[in-house]
Amino acid sequence: MSEIPAELRYTKSHEWVRALPDGSLMVGITDHAQGALGDLVFVEVPEAGRQLSAGDACAVVESVKAASDIYAPLGGEVLAGNDSLATQPELVNQDPYGQGWILRLRPDADPDSALLMDAAAYGEFVAAGH
Amino acid sequence: MPYIPHTAEDVRAMLGRIGAHSTAALFDEIPPGLGVDTLPGVPPALSEMEITRLAMERASRDGRPLNFVGAGAYEHHIPAPVWALATRGEFYSAYTPYQAEASQGTLQVMYEYQSMIAALTGLDASNASLYDGASALAEACLMAVRAHRRSRSARILVPRTVNPVWRRVARAITEGQGLVLEELPWCPQSGTTATEALAAHAGEDITAVVIQQPNFFGQLEDVDALTRQARALGALVIAVANPVALALLKPPGEWGDGGADIACGEAQPLGIPLSSGGPYLGFMATRMEHVRQMPGRIAGRTVDQAGRPGYTLTLQAREQHIRRGKATSNICTNQGLLMTAATIHLSLLGPAGLTRVAEACVARSRELVAALTASAGARTVFAGPRFHEAVLGLEVPVAPVLEALAGQGIVGGWDLTGDYPELGHALLVCATETRTTADIGTYARALESLLDRARAA
Amino acid sequence: MENAMQAREPVIFELSRPGRTAAAQQPPPAPAHDIPERYCRQRPPALPEVSELQAVRHFTRLSQQNFSIDTRFYPLGSCTMKYNPKVCNALAMLPGFLDRHPLAPAVTGQGLLTCLFELQEMLGAVTGMAGVSLTPMAGAQGEFAGVAMIRAYHRGRGDLQRNEIIVPDAAHGTNPATATMCGMKVRELASGPDGDVDLAALDAALSPATAGIMLTNPSTLGVFERNIVEVARRVHAAGGLLYYDGANLNAILGKVRPGDMGFDVIHVNLHKTFSTPHGGGGPGAGAVGVGERLLPYLPVPVVGRDGAGYRWLDERDLPQSIGRLSGFMGNTGILLRAWVYLRILGADGLRRVAEFSTLNANYLLARLIEAGFDPACPGRRASHEFSLTLRREAREFGVTAMDFAKRLLDYGYHAPTTYFPLLVPECLLIEPTETESREELDGFVEALSAIRREAGTDPELVRGAPHTLPVRRLDDVRAARQLDLAWRPASQ
Repeated sequence: MSEIPAELRYTKSHEWVRALPDGSLMVGITDHAQGALGDLVFVEVPEAGRQLSAGDACAVVESVKAASDIYAPLGGEVLAGNDSLATQPELVNQDPYGQGWILRLRPDADPDSALLMDAAAYGEFVAAGH
Repeated sequence: MPYIPHTAEDVRAMLGRIGAHSTAALFDEIPPGLGVDTLPGVPPALSEMEITRLAMERASRDGRPLNFVGAGAYEHHIPAPVWALATRGEFYSAYTPYQAEASQGTLQVMYEYQSMIAALTGLDASNASLYDGASALAEACLMAVRAHRRSRSARILVPRTVNPVWRRVARAITEGQGLVLEELPWCPQSGTTATEALAAHAGEDITAVVIQQPNFFGQLEDVDALTRQARALGALVIAVANPVALALLKPPGEWGDGGADIACGEAQPLGIPLSSGGPYLGFMATRMEHVRQMPGRIAGRTVDQAGRPGYTLTLQAREQHIRRGKATSNICTNQGLLMTAATIHLSLLGPAGLTRVAEACVARSRELVAALTASAGARTVFAGPRFHEAVLGLEVPVAPVLEALAGQGIVGGWDLTGDYPELGHALLVCATETRTTADIGTYARALESLLDRARAA
Repeated sequence: MENAMQAREPVIFELSRPGRTAAAQQPPPAPAHDIPERYCRQRPPALPEVSELQAVRHFTRLSQQNFSIDTRFYPLGSCTMKYNPKVCNALAMLPGFLDRHPLAPAVTGQGLLTCLFELQEMLGAVTGMAGVSLTPMAGAQGEFAGVAMIRAYHRGRGDLQRNEIIVPDAAHGTNPATATMCGMKVRELASGPDGDVDLAALDAALSPATAGIMLTNPSTLGVFERNIVEVARRVHAAGGLLYYDGANLNAILGKVRPGDMGFDVIHVNLHKTFSTPHGGGGPGAGAVGVGERLLPYLPVPVVGRDGAGYRWLDERDLPQSIGRLSGFMGNTGILLRAWVYLRILGADGLRRVAEFSTLNANYLLARLIEAGFDPACPGRRASHEFSLTLRREAREFGVTAMDFAKRLLDYGYHAPTTYFPLLVPECLLIEPTETESREELDGFVEALSAIRREAGTDPELVRGAPHTLPVRRLDDVRAARQLDLAWRPASQ
């Protein structure tokens, strides 16, 4: 079973979202997603300042056999991409909820307004074979 | 039955195993009425003996004219081992090395080829080749648009001194994605692109600038100044180069301050026969920071489970079979066989041999231009340094001259009138190391007598 | 005796010694050149310095580390790895063809142009199309030309809203990549459970934005699209055009023609169907054929008849052409090889290609089903290729389709195409071609059966394969993370 931290929210495309104290959001991909992709060899992160709409493809994670887009869970401005992934894409495999974060976002809207799953719902979503 | 090994007994036994009464029954899922029984328009079969005779008649009908045309394809000596080795069945009849363990030969050749292209261009990384030089330029333009992190215009400045056919190809291939290729004028004295033509675009959003060295006229561009000016515009620099000339000329990776971002061109001069236009191979190299935007196959060196060195295709997540609609290009293959030939060719020449070929090209070209312009009816059009081609101005229209020369077994050059009407009666000529003093004399005498006759008429 | 497949061959740069040359290959020294120093490089390029014999041995040994059609059965699905007749190469390399400059006047190329004109005509006859251009240099470029012509056709009619190309989910990745290159949006179409196009899904996908649909028939699953006439009717009724991906043309040569099925444009992979070499991954050739309404848009140049002779038709002759795709006229030498092949086979020989490639595929499928393997489309006739699913083997033995593929290499067979089409789990796509003998097919069945037994008794043996090649499985992750794309002294 993959790890699903209780304090995070989740999307159907397997991103996690963490609310930070300053009102910004941190986004990454879940343990389940990194396991399905396998060893990552490259992560492309967005540049700070880019404006995103909810659902925009905003980053790419690549393994040897697959490449997947990461979608913005909410609209907003990119505050930072995780630059250490440029040289250490394996951080996403090793620590998907920590050092393997992908971007930080200042959301346009209240995160609660987005239809994100809580940990229990995401756990069921994964268990249902998604 | 040519190339089909089945005996009548095989067919009987195999149909029995399938449970079908005839081979026709195997096509029973094709809707009735849709099929055809014959193929009018395809002639009856020939034996190998008959087709050999027919092909030899046609090939010999075309003769072996003395060649003084370049314009994107160049006659060079090809060492005998190149095609003796490249047409070995193990290279010739293998496919893309998807099963790396069963394709180490092809993969190592790719790696060696990439290393040689990187050395010639002075850039970090090469792909394992594209279709040809013209399509490589188109791919380089698309790549520049992906690689430029800030430019949004997809505007690319292309001097008119770049091969005109390649410019048309680049336009045809990139148009669907909204690229805008804008022409830059050239200086009538030098036949090269003036830096002022670039400077005129200051303050605009320009994605990339293309610089061809030597340019289509055979003239040498001031690549350092042009590269610096392009950088000042915030544009990426796409170098188009002749790989034989790179034995002598400054590699794109060292142009200006910091070098070109992408180099591409036609690698046909590296051991590929003229072959009436193809197959050739396009080369492309770039700096490491842009490598993921480069299209085409790329081989990498790694280790196997036992820790031994080995080779595999890498960065495949850029490619169409994984990325589908988001791939860097729809290209699947490289020009594997031609790449193999080019690698063998460069190995046989080495740095000294390639340099000597390039020097001989320059020497023969100078000799040709001197011989042809000794006649009163022909002059050089441009001043300034050249590689192995030159533009000559004739007193009379070019097409009838070329036609008359062809009648004497001489291919006298490329008529520039169609693409550059402003040049008047202009002819692009070329001599490589393969032309002798006697060849040049033959051409010069033929041209002189034609021009004399024209003047008398 | 040393086994060439086992020995590591050094990188050619490791054989290099300063000052060593293949002297016979150098032209006589020329006088010093007159190019000013500021245009020149400071050091000669770092190419290897080896003798002629060293180079010959090096590349001969490297060739011996390849599997190839000339040495092994190569049942790579959708790639049509059939015998490449030696005569095709020999005749394409006759000096009159080989030494000819592409810009030499047409009067000096009438022999060549006659061959190419005949090839255009024969490809038109085989595909049921009104016109052919030979210029695309690979299948993917043929696809590009096809979609670009569809786009030009709609624009030519002022129908500017058509910007969607429908592509089945089982399609080759080039189809969506090509549509994107042409500035089109891709709309994916789910396949029905039996491998045919789902007509209800097609209706849902069709709209006033539909520019066209890209189909392969037989499909990438290796079965004939039985609804093709109805598909064509509905797409045309919606104002779209049909594009035929010629990847599987080998299956239907002389039996049924894409033009008769209702297709408007087709590309033909000469390196598959017409047996030109794959060359370790190219050159290909992707001639395109079109129906009447796309004729004005064909890419140039095209060979035309001009009085008693032939010449290249260009932009002046076809002003609505989508333009040029190559520096000259495409992969002429490859086109000559295809011309030789077509003339040797003739009309009857082409029909036999379809019949015997289909016979071989159905025989192999029947024998593999007997041996206990599962077809991906049960109950369907194979075309010239078929897919197996090794899902059961993966579950029972923990041995994947890739493990089977790698172990086949130890048995001396090239692996089939793996994991394509993507929608078949643990897929092997197998295409034997017509040039393989029954004994070769039997040997392949025995090898796959033996591997299945090994998977039961010694799965580690299969998972660790190959064991007999110059290298074992390669570390792809390291290759991508620590990019080593060019030799440097430090990477020794």
